[in-house]
Amino acid sequence: MHDDLNWAIGGEAGDGIASTGKIFAQALSRAGRHVFTSKDFASRIRGGYTAYKVRTSVDQVQSVVDRLDILIALTERTVDENLDELHENSVVIYDGDRTEFSDFEAPGEVTGLDVPLKDLAEDAGGAIMRNIVALGAVCAVADFPIENLDESLEKRFGGKGESIVENNKQAARLGAEYVEEEYADEGPRYSLETTDEDYVLLNGDEAIGMGAIAAGCRFYAGYPITPATDVMEYLTGRIDQFGGHVVQAEDELAAINLALGAARAGARSMTATSGPGIDLMSETFGLVATSETPLVIANVMRSGPSTGMPTKQEQGDLNMMLKGGHGEIPRFVVAPTSVSECFHKTVEAFNLAEKYQLPVYLTADLSMAVTERTYAPEEFDMDEVEIDRGKLVDEDDISTWQNEKEQFKPHAVTADGVSPRAVPGTEGGVHMSTGLEHDELGRRTEDTDVRVEQVDKRYQKVETAREREDFDYREFGDGDADNLVISWGSNEGTLVEALDYLGEDDPDVRVVSVPYIFPRPDLTEEVQAADQVVVVEANATGQFADVIEHDVLERVERINKYDGVDFKADELADEITETLA
Amino acid sequence: MSSENVRFTDFKSDKQPTWCPGCGDFGTMNGMMKALAETGNSPDDTFVVAGIGCSGKIGTYMRSYALHGVHGRALPVGTGVKLANPDLEVMVAGGDGDGYSIGAGHFVHAVRRNVDITYVVMDNRIYGLTKGQASPTSRSDFETSTSPEGPKQPPVNPLALAMAAGGGFIAQSFSSDAMRHTEIVQEAIEHDGFSLVNTFSPCVTFNDVDTYDYFRDSLVDLSEDDDYDRHDHDQAKDAILDADKEYMGVLYQDEDSTPYHEAHGVTENMAEIPDGAPDGATDLVREFY
Repeated sequence: MHDDLNWAIGGEAGDGIASTGKIFAQALSRAGRHVFTSKDFASRIRGGYTAYKVRTSVDQVQSVVDRLDILIALTERTVDENLDELHENSVVIYDGDRTEFSDFEAPGEVTGLDVPLKDLAEDAGGAIMRNIVALGAVCAVADFPIENLDESLEKRFGGKGESIVENNKQAARLGAEYVEEEYADEGPRYSLETTDEDYVLLNGDEAIGMGAIAAGCRFYAGYPITPATDVMEYLTGRIDQFGGHVVQAEDELAAINLALGAARAGARSMTATSGPGIDLMSETFGLVATSETPLVIANVMRSGPSTGMPTKQEQGDLNMMLKGGHGEIPRFVVAPTSVSECFHKTVEAFNLAEKYQLPVYLTADLSMAVTERTYAPEEFDMDEVEIDRGKLVDEDDISTWQNEKEQFKPHAVTADGVSPRAVPGTEGGVHMSTGLEHDELGRRTEDTDVRVEQVDKRYQKVETAREREDFDYREFGDGDADNLVISWGSNEGTLVEALDYLGEDDPDVRVVSVPYIFPRPDLTEEVQAADQVVVVEANATGQFADVIEHDVLERVERINKYDGVDFKADELADEITETLA
Repeated sequence: MSSENVRFTDFKSDKQPTWCPGCGDFGTMNGMMKALAETGNSPDDTFVVAGIGCSGKIGTYMRSYALHGVHGRALPVGTGVKLANPDLEVMVAGGDGDGYSIGAGHFVHAVRRNVDITYVVMDNRIYGLTKGQASPTSRSDFETSTSPEGPKQPPVNPLALAMAAGGGFIAQSFSSDAMRHTEIVQEAIEHDGFSLVNTFSPCVTFNDVDTYDYFRDSLVDLSEDDDYDRHDHDQAKDAILDADKEYMGVLYQDEDSTPYHEAHGVTENMAEIPDGAPDGATDLVREFY
């Protein structure tokens, strides 16, 4: 079991919760500690309740747990929201000078530390730094050397001038000193060990953005939407340094068409959105697929349907991605299973899109998109990135793909289903394509034989990919166990941690985590070998469980969570035990 | 293909148009092909994007790189093509339904984005391919199968929309005036920024009001008016909002407007990428320390 510390800051939206949390998470990461963050936020600019949680350990952490050790409560509601997770050793830091805390008493055996955050911040140069005072107080409680905060304060405030940075450092020190003096009897409650490791800290959206640049993506068009906006914000300003460009479209209809246009021009191109945007993009999805245009569409899922719970977790769009749109057309669906996999699978998605000339859904979900995690930087080794552009043809081999009238055949029927691709500007490659059913030249046809030939050719690409690619799953736990737990997307980390919670008397479990939804690994043997099979996913109906049942013609058990809250390792371990009992 | 030897027929495909005999779209397309050849473009370096409707078939009848897209979204596609490869000549074609009804939102934003593409709208004030329903530019009393007493709402004024969105090249032409139509499209291609050419392209089958005769008799050619200054915003505004007359020619041009590629420094052909991660990609990892 991890020797971990669970920390949170909570208050109203607009209180600077996320930026304060990020400063603390970065300080821990710089001090050689692993970090896993999560956010509780509301879809509003001000008001409501919002919290940023950090789990930290010297070992790797990849899930949230049901326990909170140190809480900075900027509002009384923050304490109420987290009551279940506080315990006898928990510490709550609050500002008793705030009216709402005037009669506050820490619940049960929880220790309340009343720290005049605002007053001390004003002493340091301004009330705006009250959260930083609180971070200083945390350092004292957790026996975490205050110097560790300095570097992340410099990173956060460096752009605002030296004096701002110094004031913030001073604010943190005033907070720490206050706790050390006023609560000297308490002593540090926790002890945060530091190491010499150097970690990077990033979230899933950022990993997708970095993966896109690494893969040679040079064009991005999107429309802001929670929780996918971070992809666009990451790329803005950065992709330009690599000769690329970001366009903020007027809507998702335009976004996918802009990205489609860039892809037709030969660029590696992508868009990112969430469920409501996928609905709109479905209009053009069929055109992308039938014109055989390579395009990466990132869907960072959130709770639906309709506007749903925009800032809450869900994996509800699987059916939509697998089947959405009128008519029948193959598409690939890739679902990275961790923050670092968001990077690697993005690179792979671009290769798959160009090798098979079709749209690839790259799907993450809210909890992975906004979750920051630490990794050794080698995890993102740019020298390992391989680019495969598929059947791109140039002037020299264009004649191979022309008919007797020297017309290029963008939809030539081939054994592997993949046609040659000539980017505009290629001499002799002139061609059109269309959303109408078309012949090899890309021209409209209603000829029955040609129709069947083109449909079969497009589906042949799937068979070819199954033969050529390694669409495998990731495996954890006991490979010889009687019970099989299947998961997709971001649940992997939580499941792996849940294994730690399973005791000797609990059922033995083999975990299979599937990053390829279509084409996907055939799990027939694995399912048939197991006594019991359970599929874990964050939706109400078990969309992936349906897919597994369809593949193996056998019923499976399901664990579904659709309350908008992430799976927690300890809670999931209990549910697995109960389901398999 | 060397662009010096390009003739306009090089832009013609071997596919025979299925437009009705006499359709205005023939003239509109011929002018586009001539203008492309006159401006030194070749089919290898030209990209035509079209939407849905009779006008949408143009990519099939022309010879160039082309995409026939979904209804109303031709402008975003053309914008994406041009940004990804600024060396291409990008021409977007559509009808009044495609551009001013289902695609009206994109139209406004394409104008204000000011990417250097040419948009030719074949405006016949009717839905032809679906056999005669009111279009956004139909007159308010124009009787159709879906508007037996007329739409009873004013037609969209596309030139005014373009002007309100900050358009830098706003023109109107008539498909049957081949010489003027070609000249105007040529000027649109040469304009550095987004250009709109609203081309009256009569539907001989379903519109018996906005006919060849009507346009021939009523259109006022601004090129024959020595007092008209296309760079004068006020004069252009008056002409565009004139309820009594319809004009042909370049109604407004702002040669000093900053095209998107200049404002954003987008000048490279993005189709070319290295075999591995681009140089400097490791710096992206370091940012996360």
